[in-house]
Amino acid sequence: MRLDAASAPLVAAAPAAAPSRRRKSPHPWLVPGVVAGALAPLVSIALRAARGELGADPIAQALNELGLVALILLTASLTCTPAKSLFGWTWPIRLRRILGLLAAFYATLHVLTYAVLDQGLDLSAIVDDVVKRKFILAGAATFVMLVPLALTSTNAAVRRLGFARWKRLHRLAYLAGVVGALHFIWRVKKDLREPAVYAVVIGALLLARLATQIPARLGRGRVAD
Amino acid sequence: MPSRRSQLGTEPPASEITPETRYFRRREFIRNTALFAATATAVGGGLRFLVRGRRVTDRERAQTVAAARAPLPIAARSEYAGGEALTAERDVTSYNNFYELGTAKEDPAANAHTLRPRPWTVTIAGEVRRPRTVDIDEVLGWFPLEERIYRMRCVEAWSMVIPWVGLPLADFLARLEPTSRAKYVQFTTLVDPEQLPGQRRRVLDWPYVEGLRLDEAMHPLALLAVGLYGKTLPGQNGAPLRLVVPWKYGFKGIKSIVEIRLVERQPTTTWSAAAPNEYGFFANVNPAVDHPRWSQATERRIGELHRRPTLPFNGYGAEVAHLYAGMDLATYF
Repeated sequence: MRLDAASAPLVAAAPAAAPSRRRKSPHPWLVPGVVAGALAPLVSIALRAARGELGADPIAQALNELGLVALILLTASLTCTPAKSLFGWTWPIRLRRILGLLAAFYATLHVLTYAVLDQGLDLSAIVDDVVKRKFILAGAATFVMLVPLALTSTNAAVRRLGFARWKRLHRLAYLAGVVGALHFIWRVKKDLREPAVYAVVIGALLLARLATQIPARLGRGRVAD
Repeated sequence: MPSRRSQLGTEPPASEITPETRYFRRREFIRNTALFAATATAVGGGLRFLVRGRRVTDRERAQTVAAARAPLPIAARSEYAGGEALTAERDVTSYNNFYELGTAKEDPAANAHTLRPRPWTVTIAGEVRRPRTVDIDEVLGWFPLEERIYRMRCVEAWSMVIPWVGLPLADFLARLEPTSRAKYVQFTTLVDPEQLPGQRRRVLDWPYVEGLRLDEAMHPLALLAVGLYGKTLPGQNGAPLRLVVPWKYGFKGIKSIVEIRLVERQPTTTWSAAAPNEYGFFANVNPAVDHPRWSQATERRIGELHRRPTLPFNGYGAEVAHLYAGMDLATYF
């Protein structure tokens, strides 16, 4: 299985010049398994929609579930790098790209559900919503950040941009996570427990990332991750 | 050889024969398949747990509807929704905002079994001639019950059409004989975390309190509801006694009332205290005054796909607009 180019430097500690016959991933089941599991909520929503089992306001239910899955997957993708730097686990890095892409996929479905089903493609109502309401603005900003990240997720894009620039661009994922959590917090009427969990987790991941990055930078003066 | 093959007849086609390499790697293949399945199950199950996309099946909802609701005698029926189709009973009784029974829409129906609507008393207090506590069944005997079909517009921009059963609030208040000092009516919901488990957390400042100006409360459209769809109220809809004020956002319709107090000063109401910039005391349905976080110009009627425009005073302007003559409704939202 492909070892994504972005993660290659992170596993540089492992023998870089591994014998070429060892091209196969040690965990060929990992990415397909995650993809299959991550598509389960979509299948569930589609089945329940077809059977009229999404409750009294099916559009709102589908919209909320798609958005929440997107935020969960985005949060999960942000755990991959800290898992490597804090615990030395390398297998989560293999999931980083696919988790990010799945998050962008669900975010796209969420946005389409809002624009097409909820607002009936009423552009003036949508523009009005985005400029007047900070929770929708936060949601729109999150989506706008995820699009370039998804488009530059290929190995070819990493080569084209150069790794340093690619990495700088992909730090946007953290900002997308923070703003995505804000979108959730600002939407809720009163019960903040659930969105607060995501905000705290994403905040902790961001801190973990900074904590490992800053000492490395100050320390050896080499390009740290 | 050829004849023998034809006799056997069950030999698999070449395409189904396991390739030699795969055959020799079958242990690895089985192991990878198992790990794939385990990963997919773990990820799918984890997401299901986090999203809690609760399956509300029709059967479960039908059970909710049927649970412990007695038919009510109805003396008169009137329709105040312009002939619009009623919202399905299972939607009215499964999609509720009643934070005392949980904050998700489906929570109140799931938790309503903890609420005991009998025995139930209502305390009548404040600026009335004879303050007292009355049994709910006594109140039901005071007046013949009416069915009223009203639109219900939630502040969250969804709406329903509901056949309530109840008694006019004006008749009820007149019987209490308010004193001349009574200017407002204050309603209070039961506080009992055993019956209303949502009160174990301070999502709102319990008890839930709502209020009306006395002239609003005396308006003939204001209703004290005891039932819907011809039967007693289910817990999730505010059993055994709730307020229905069809020209105001749904949160004014306080549920499971235990006290009605006539007061001189405007009461502090729960949502207006929780978020004063988002919810006002009056809370009249008004498409021109947006909620700070969403538009109130349109609404989704439950059961319909497309949004529809929201009407001023929820379509009851001809009847109630005079109550607010001269008031700036953007200030007194």
